[in-house]
Amino acid sequence: MRSTFIIFQRELASYFATPLAYIFIVIFLVMAGTFAFFIGNFFNRGQADLQPFFQFHPWLYLVLIPALSMRLWAEERKTGTIELFLTLPISMTQAVLGKFFAAWAFAGIALILTFPFWITVNILGSPDNGVILASYIGSFLMAGAYLAIGGALSALTKSQIIAFVVTAAVCFFFTVSGSSIVLSFVNGWAPQGLLNDLAFFSFLTHFNAIIRGVIDLRDLVFFISVMAFCLFANAVLVDLKKAD
Amino acid sequence: MEAKIEVRHLTKRFGPITAVNDVTFAVGRGEVLGFLGPNGAGKSTTMKMITGFLAPTRGTAVICGLDMIDQPLEAKRHVGYLPEGAPGYPDMTPSGFLAFVARIRGFDGAEAKRRIALAVERTTLASVLEQPIETLSKGFKRRVGLAQALLHDPEVLILDEPTDGLDPNQKHEVRNLITTLAPEKAIVISTHILEEVDAVCSRAIVIAGGRVLIDDTPGRFAARSRLHNSVRLMLADPAIDARTALLRLPGVVAVEPIEDGEGRAFLVVPQEGRAIIAEVTDLVRTAGWPVAALRVERGRLDDVFRDITAKAA
Repeated sequence: MRSTFIIFQRELASYFATPLAYIFIVIFLVMAGTFAFFIGNFFNRGQADLQPFFQFHPWLYLVLIPALSMRLWAEERKTGTIELFLTLPISMTQAVLGKFFAAWAFAGIALILTFPFWITVNILGSPDNGVILASYIGSFLMAGAYLAIGGALSALTKSQIIAFVVTAAVCFFFTVSGSSIVLSFVNGWAPQGLLNDLAFFSFLTHFNAIIRGVIDLRDLVFFISVMAFCLFANAVLVDLKKAD
Repeated sequence: MEAKIEVRHLTKRFGPITAVNDVTFAVGRGEVLGFLGPNGAGKSTTMKMITGFLAPTRGTAVICGLDMIDQPLEAKRHVGYLPEGAPGYPDMTPSGFLAFVARIRGFDGAEAKRRIALAVERTTLASVLEQPIETLSKGFKRRVGLAQALLHDPEVLILDEPTDGLDPNQKHEVRNLITTLAPEKAIVISTHILEEVDAVCSRAIVIAGGRVLIDDTPGRFAARSRLHNSVRLMLADPAIDARTALLRLPGVVAVEPIEDGEGRAFLVVPQEGRAIIAEVTDLVRTAGWPVAALRVERGRLDDVFRDITAKAA
């Protein structure tokens, strides 16, 4: 626990040691705002809610989260610090969790900094703050799931660029697997059961349910399960690939 | 002597390649073991297994009685490790980095400060403590790596090429540091600089093709040289032909004229295991040759190393 926390602190601080943190946060906020106002018609809809803001989060994360996760293990392997790191008296679980929680906390900080949107709708009308809170939780969990995927994939390569591209591609698949883009590929030859399974893995489906105010425990469990599985895979992959 | 590092039948295969093949040795307190071998011989792989970074295909390493496979966390507490190339987090400063290592090794507050200060002093890092590691010179990077390895005052030190890329002064400092630490610790250093083995090691292991070829003291290691106990004779008058007379001495198998930085000389090579310095000095005295220099060669580690590793290849 203590070791996990120390790793967490070092990792989180390392985001802020480079311009990455500030660039990430600024771009995230600007893009979240742009999408919500111009594409989501935040004002013109005439509704006091944050749905136009939240509905673009999966797409924002698709581009931005791989930029956070790509360095998690690829950089350690590239610079060779992984050898120092993993010969410290820490377990693989502590190493993986410390890094993951730092990245997730960073995503959380970026998310919290969107609070002016929440203040704005509360000034303009009386939104259902329960739904907004649920949406924030949903968005945070979804970011965690993307990060966990990216972390595991980052363990596969020494190149942060490869980690970025592969993560973006895999995350894209998870995002849209329920949508017509993917379903039309398999439609016609795959059994209906498979279509349902694919749709089940769509982040979009689960996230859209949450931001519409339909809080179903199963949606939350879905994201948490994805994280747990990917973190496990992450530990296995680091062990497998660290020597290359 | 109680062994602090016991390496038992360590074997590592990467697919069809056997990088380390059944390596067994033990290192006790006070010993400095030089790990020698050509590049790709399996030195670093062996060290990675001793420090618990790589899992061996077969065999194990036991650190202070703790098995690296069964009790990795406990065993790792007793090890200070400088990986090859002395990696460090590029964005961190040495002081931040050392503070992180101190905390994760369980030291807090005043205790952590004291240990960091000591490690910084031992590796003379004070002048660069607040610069990002990526901006540091090779020499400083290596010293940051050393400081990190010494921080918890471990009983076992594993240093992979600790002087690689350092200038002669820095090399000297690092060797002095290793010699200072030696009595308290069991140290393994890998190197391909043979003078280093002479300078700091109490024992040398030659490894090539993943196998241990020699495990001996540097002195006895050098004694394997054909030139061990040969006599280097330099005469003040180069016109004298001493060769025939020297060859007639008992126990002499060859006399080789050599010319090096010091000038022209004869190298009188004895039969294996014989000392011929007495015979040579007697001859010089009777013949009345003006001697410029006369010394007994120990045999060069380089030659032995080349012989052995070439045979293995």
